[in-house]
Amino acid sequence: MAEMLYQRDVYGKTLIELGKQHKDIVVLDADLSSSTRTGLFAKEFPGRFFNFGVAEQNMMATAAGLASCSKTVFASTFAVFATGRAWDQVRNSVSYSNFDIKIVATHAGITVGPDGATHQALEDIALMRVIPNIKIIVPCDGPQTRDAVIAAFENKGPFYVRLGRPKVPTIENKGEFKLGKAQVITEGDDVAIFACGIMVSEALVAVQSLLSKGIRARLINIHTIRPLDSEVILKAAKETRAMVVCEEHSVIGGLASSIDEVVAENYPTRVMRVGIRDRFGQSGEPAELLKEYNLTSSDIEKAVLAAIG
Amino acid sequence: MGYTDAQIKELEAKAKEVRRLIVQMLAKAGSGHPGGSLSATDLITALFFGVLRHNPKDPHWQDRDRFHMSKGHCCPLWYAVLAESGYFSKDKLMTLRQLGSILQGHPDRRTPGVDVASGSLGQGLSVALGMSLAAKIDQKPYRVYVLMGDGEIQEGNVWEAAMASSHYRCDNLTAILDYNRFQIDGKTCEIMELEPLAAKWQAFGWHTIEIDGHNMKEVLAAYDEARSVKAKPSIIIARTVKGKGVSFMENVCDFHGRTPTKEETEKALRELE
Repeated sequence: MAEMLYQRDVYGKTLIELGKQHKDIVVLDADLSSSTRTGLFAKEFPGRFFNFGVAEQNMMATAAGLASCSKTVFASTFAVFATGRAWDQVRNSVSYSNFDIKIVATHAGITVGPDGATHQALEDIALMRVIPNIKIIVPCDGPQTRDAVIAAFENKGPFYVRLGRPKVPTIENKGEFKLGKAQVITEGDDVAIFACGIMVSEALVAVQSLLSKGIRARLINIHTIRPLDSEVILKAAKETRAMVVCEEHSVIGGLASSIDEVVAENYPTRVMRVGIRDRFGQSGEPAELLKEYNLTSSDIEKAVLAAIG
Repeated sequence: MGYTDAQIKELEAKAKEVRRLIVQMLAKAGSGHPGGSLSATDLITALFFGVLRHNPKDPHWQDRDRFHMSKGHCCPLWYAVLAESGYFSKDKLMTLRQLGSILQGHPDRRTPGVDVASGSLGQGLSVALGMSLAAKIDQKPYRVYVLMGDGEIQEGNVWEAAMASSHYRCDNLTAILDYNRFQIDGKTCEIMELEPLAAKWQAFGWHTIEIDGHNMKEVLAAYDEARSVKAKPSIIIARTVKGKGVSFMENVCDFHGRTPTKEETEKALRELE
């Protein structure tokens, strides 16, 4: 049984680790520090943590002021507020000035669960992806969350790091994490499956089931959505019969769209999308919602079979 | 701090020169915002040439006082005082709004002396709050000044920042409100009433200073008073005249976002001699 971790626990611990070494790190939150786990940093470094209350727009523009004074700022809240409520501040104050601000948002995707549609960010990747300068990482598990947060710290400029709410299984044998370099998790030439976030573990189950049917799938963890590893995408387009993209996000504007753009311009290929099909979310338990929105391993398997028909 | 009559006269003369530059660069650019640039000219001239601790030869000096113009559309004023201070050559002013210019239609970091972009209204007080908090973290003595428009404070973000600046007791932060009583669509009292204005800021925990924003002595005294206030941020609510200094632009809403014609420019420059 794989180890199960909260990505946000890893985030909080990694912040402390970085905070001990780097005095210029400042952490901001908007009344969700216990949920996002920035509260762990707050306890350790109270002089470098600021809570803005329920005011995400102020938090993001204040981050710009701090960054203009040579601070590296981590700003956290739920994904729906970080990218939606404060979008204009992220565009004009954070990204246009290309500041060293890391937006690390938690509670992304449908697996937020019972809180329902208003709290389930299904379009956050799309919202961040249309703004120049921001790099985007969607780590697939606990350990990769640490890699993502450290990569965001080590590379100057604005980042969006997308984390979920529930515990997620650790994916073994991913290889080294490199910003902008996708990880090939299983080899195969029949079909290429691209996934990010929690969908990597769903896809891994699908890959094993497909193998029992004689279909060898190449599973690729695209943890960095910008800069996108177009090399690995085009290689897969050329070497496999079809591609399937899996994301806990709208099929519009996220990972699938990113991959579509690469193949459409360079090597037109059939791409099937497993994602939220232009709907709002709703209340339910995460497992129920994954099923309702066709995001399970069997949905991925179906998409693969349809693709290579 | 007292100021001599000679110093006041010098600042008044400087303000007139800044107004001339604003009119000239906007006439050359053919688009832009004269009204709010001219209304805030005395406030910002006094700040740059009488108050601010900065070094144009070293724009990134870590201990410099910070200035941010939240109402970014009035950047001709910002560019004029930066050029007058020596951040870049005055010739550059005539490239305002041109392709490839260091002087964009709304300010950004390609201009020496501009630390943070602005233009989308309502965010600058938050930006200034961030600069103020950075000073507190680093225990640096610098002060932070931010210019806001009156129409701008209709943005909700402003009040989020107002609440937070007071919560964090940012006494190194001074906001300057250019209360010229006009916004694009008309008078603020008709479009969206701002009064009772001082009471709003007081209710948010701010020290308020109300002045005539064209009286250089009052402007300088207001900056002194703001510096002396402890444990809370200050706001200088400056009553001003939109288009101040050019008779046919004064209190004329049209000149919020229209530049003068050739004839109007000549007339304006004669008035500013």
